[in-house]
Amino acid sequence: MNWTWFHKLASPPHAYRIAARLVPWFAWPAGALIVAGLYGGLVLAPADYQQGDAFRIVYVHAPSAWLSMFVYATMAVAAAIGLVWRIKLAHAVAAASAPVGASFTFLALATGAIWGKPMWGTWWVWDARLTSELILLFLYAGVMALRASIDDRDRADRAAAVLAVVGVVNLPIIHYSVYWWNTLHQPATLTKFGKPSMSGDMLWPLLLMLLGFTLYYGAVLLIRLRAEILKRERDAAWLTTELAR
Amino acid sequence: MEPTGIFRAAWLAYRRDLLLAFRHWGQVAQPLIFFGIVATLFPLALGPQLAELREIAGGTLWVAALLASLLGVELLFRADHTDGTLEQLLISGQPLALLVLAKGLAHWTVCGLPLVLLAPLVAAGLGAPPAANGTVMLSLALGTGILSALGAIGSALTLGLRRGSLLLGLLVLPLAMPALIFGARAIDLAIHGDGARGPLLLLSAMLVLSVTLAPPAAAAALRISAE
Repeated sequence: MNWTWFHKLASPPHAYRIAARLVPWFAWPAGALIVAGLYGGLVLAPADYQQGDAFRIVYVHAPSAWLSMFVYATMAVAAAIGLVWRIKLAHAVAAASAPVGASFTFLALATGAIWGKPMWGTWWVWDARLTSELILLFLYAGVMALRASIDDRDRADRAAAVLAVVGVVNLPIIHYSVYWWNTLHQPATLTKFGKPSMSGDMLWPLLLMLLGFTLYYGAVLLIRLRAEILKRERDAAWLTTELAR
Repeated sequence: MEPTGIFRAAWLAYRRDLLLAFRHWGQVAQPLIFFGIVATLFPLALGPQLAELREIAGGTLWVAALLASLLGVELLFRADHTDGTLEQLLISGQPLALLVLAKGLAHWTVCGLPLVLLAPLVAAGLGAPPAANGTVMLSLALGTGILSALGAIGSALTLGLRRGSLLLGLLVLPLAMPALIFGARAIDLAIHGDGARGPLLLLSAMLVLSVTLAPPAAAAALRISAE
């Protein structure tokens, strides 16, 4: 098999151009899906028989929670590729992903708290899912802080990559131990919040939002990747000619 | 000259670190004293009733141990990094992961083990019944092992960085949370007279996992940091 396309893709000039060309292919569908999903979720879907209109925050909350994990996985895979094959572009993908993932994690926590207040009567409970999401935020913070503390870019890339991989090994352990910790401490009274098999007219906007958010991450990742390449290759000759065009 | 075998190399690394530790008693004692101080903070903050302290004894012991080993693990590679020993280890041709394991074991011997031996005293101060001492020591013995292993990764990653110690906490503490959950739970069960077998077994599984996987990760991190 011919791998030149792969090496081409991994070279910064090509990646810079291809990313620019791909952005609209992610951004427009993402925008359309999110608008359609929001209309479906906020207007068309019926109110929940228990939670009333308050349940509608799920259309932001669930996609954020999904992406908080999906982005971490993407980051860890990119980091591992960067470590093993020493592909600098992979490190750039990991570097561009971390703040996006942290933002989604924060958004999931924030919308969860806003949802929790009317439903559970409190902003925060030490529920297993909430706690493991919070720990995920700390893991993101660790990766970002480590990268920020090392001046040498190559060393920063690889150190952050090792930490991301260690974190992804730990994530299932953290998830299950927090789950057991919670069931050990208190019976599941509040924790089983409303996910009775959703009816179709509530479900399809959620699926649109999930897909829309994921495509949005793709678009943001590509834009951030371009910025990351600009930063990393600022002294490169190809960039001067590229920008002069 | 005869080439040094890998087990002999590991043994030499272990012995060297022990010797160095015994010649700097002050450094060895610091995390222990820190452990005692943190454990003292809880009664002062929460009130002196032993019945209440007994309820949080497991958590207190574990949080104190967590912070103390964080303090200790920072020194794991620092001196070697400063005086160039680390570079010699890197170019020695010996498997770095094994040397890291030996160094981690030495670190546990001088930092974790004394903490385990001191723990019953602190536990008694927090109102834990003597019958729970076995579980207290076992739980902390397993736990400090896990913390040494995770700490080795963090310590290797933050080697030579400014404000490395703050960063070390940020990196290692989230990873150590599962161990904290089961370790504190085991002590809690023992204090209430229940069997603590389940959490202790889970803790042992975590120890096996971290001792197996942490040395290669820490070795990779050392290679990156020492460049």
